[in-house]
Amino acid sequence: MAESSTTTSTSSISGASVRRGDRAFSGVSRGAGLLVLVIMAAIAAFLIWRSIPSLAENTGNFLTEQSWNPDGDPSVFGIGALLFGTVVSAIIAMTLAVPVGIGIALFISLYAGRRLSSSLAFITDLLAAVPSIIFGLWGLEVLLSGSEGIQVWLNDWVGWTILFDNRLDLYGKSLFLASLVLSIMILPTVAAVSREVILQVPPGHKEAALALGATRWEMVKMAVFPFAKPGMISAAMLGLGRALGETIAVALILSAKFEVNWHLTEPGGNTFAANIALKWNEAGTTGLSALIASGLVLFVLTLTVNMVARYIIARRAEFSGAN
Amino acid sequence: MKHRLIPTAAVAAALALTLAGCSDADQADTGATGGAGGGTAVSGSIKASGSSAQKNAMAEWVNAFQSANPEVTIDYQANGSGAGIQDFTNNQTAFAGSDAVMKDEEQAAADARCASGPAIHIPLVGGAIAIAYNVDGVDSLTLTPEVIAGIFDSSITKWNDPKIAELNQGVALPDAPIAQFHRSDESGTTQNFNSYLAATVPDAWTYEVGKAWTAPGGQGSKGSDGVASSLTSTKNSIGYVELSFVLDGDLKAAKVDNGGGAVEATSANAANAIAAATVTGSGNDLGLELDPTIAEANAYPIVLVTYQITCETGLPAEQLDVVKPFLQYASSTEGQGILEEIGYVPITGDLLTKVQSSVEALS
Repeated sequence: MAESSTTTSTSSISGASVRRGDRAFSGVSRGAGLLVLVIMAAIAAFLIWRSIPSLAENTGNFLTEQSWNPDGDPSVFGIGALLFGTVVSAIIAMTLAVPVGIGIALFISLYAGRRLSSSLAFITDLLAAVPSIIFGLWGLEVLLSGSEGIQVWLNDWVGWTILFDNRLDLYGKSLFLASLVLSIMILPTVAAVSREVILQVPPGHKEAALALGATRWEMVKMAVFPFAKPGMISAAMLGLGRALGETIAVALILSAKFEVNWHLTEPGGNTFAANIALKWNEAGTTGLSALIASGLVLFVLTLTVNMVARYIIARRAEFSGAN
Repeated sequence: MKHRLIPTAAVAAALALTLAGCSDADQADTGATGGAGGGTAVSGSIKASGSSAQKNAMAEWVNAFQSANPEVTIDYQANGSGAGIQDFTNNQTAFAGSDAVMKDEEQAAADARCASGPAIHIPLVGGAIAIAYNVDGVDSLTLTPEVIAGIFDSSITKWNDPKIAELNQGVALPDAPIAQFHRSDESGTTQNFNSYLAATVPDAWTYEVGKAWTAPGGQGSKGSDGVASSLTSTKNSIGYVELSFVLDGDLKAAKVDNGGGAVEATSANAANAIAAATVTGSGNDLGLELDPTIAEANAYPIVLVTYQITCETGLPAEQLDVVKPFLQYASSTEGQGILEEIGYVPITGDLLTKVQSSVEALS
């Protein structure tokens, strides 16, 4: 409003034209808002429409079947292994990346000196700009052999958890490796968003805590976390969204197996996005439709995750003490 | 408003120039086509599409042919054998590249596309699949189909397994797990490898013979280059790749023993296996049946052939004027000679003579 009134005063246009401009602007912005909904609806409609033919032909259970042969006779495919791989790799990536990311954000915004903090912030932002194929290649060429020591150690000491038990004594292109790469990929997102939120904590809160004799950690615990929690959750959810949908890096790293294997360091693993990337080129008619059906599930999955995140943020915001 | 006219006029002028350019080219086309009939320079432009297995061979041939005949444009799209056959049938291309002989219904549809005479298969590009491995201290490795099947379905898991040791006496095989690699994307290479095992050891290899890898165990990598780089970076690994990847890389290829002795994976040995194939087509149609169980001392058995599919007679004149000289060049000793350098397998012997006479018969 303030801006439009300054324009009026400087350019001496009549009141009617202001109203017209106002109306045009509100029309354009409403249109832009509606466009998002239309695009979402169009994507959903496209996914549903194109996945129907394969779902009709599928002789396996679409949700539990652990194989992928849509172009075979009979056509059998299911997303069991894909859902498992997608969710598990994203969860592991989150557990690794969120604490570290928040730690980076706390260090940059509260602990580090001015010069160090700005260069660190710059570097984390730079990490976000690295193309995902680079992460994939780096994972294959460096992390694959580089992480073997850790995986062997995990097998030796926490092998009893099944998750890190490697029955083959073979450490290679596994779900665990993909999760490691994913965690590094989502780290900058988590760190950057958390940093922004922490910077918004009212200085009064922090100073009050320190004035009451709190240590730095107590200040973080009592003043920063309550205020920044919703923002940190949304940072984690943004990271989760990227982890769920990440395609080419995981396609390069995973062994693309259609089995649910809880032994995460054994070769295997597959995700929705990786499977679509790997199968699309050579798929037949039913195969393409089946891939789109799996894409539909990924679409619903990410939508649900985001909605749950919104819900959590909305609920927490009331109690954050920010207002 | 006046200055707006200038860009419009410029666009119109440019358009006129482009149109003029087009008609010039058209005239040049028809003019030179008459000349080609008289045995002089070839000109014109054709489209072709199909098998991606022969993509590099095509690129090489097209390059060489176009630089010898500057008036020619050949556009080969490597969109897969099935799509290539469909494009040819739908009259969109002058010939198709296919890794397999057409099925009956495809043949009927392709025949219908040709004004007169049937659509024929002309085998021009051979290929071989090597079993590449990376094991320190093992410079020579011999495998039989049974052992290959065992390694690739994870029933043999250690390098010093007695079954491997028995075939490789005197070789120091490590006591290490076998890191087996296959393709994680769908691929004709996987299909050919699958069908080799299904033909030689049908009892052991009961998995789906398709473009997707379905056998248990192992690790998947994307593309032949992905498999090759996984093999290079992983010790004690083994995988299947196209022959070209072992010719220029650090990888070694296993010798395959089909019962007639260990055969090295070389272009020459693969050419022998292809030359021994049975022709199943009649007349100028040279559809082949390869014998994966071939057990001769100098025939490498894991091979494939890519055909060019075109009309024996009845191809439109402007297409024939390019297709025929191009295929003549590709089937010449010179054209086939290029193949070996880039990791393909040439057609040799009697089969090449038959191919050349089939190409000669195109009209």
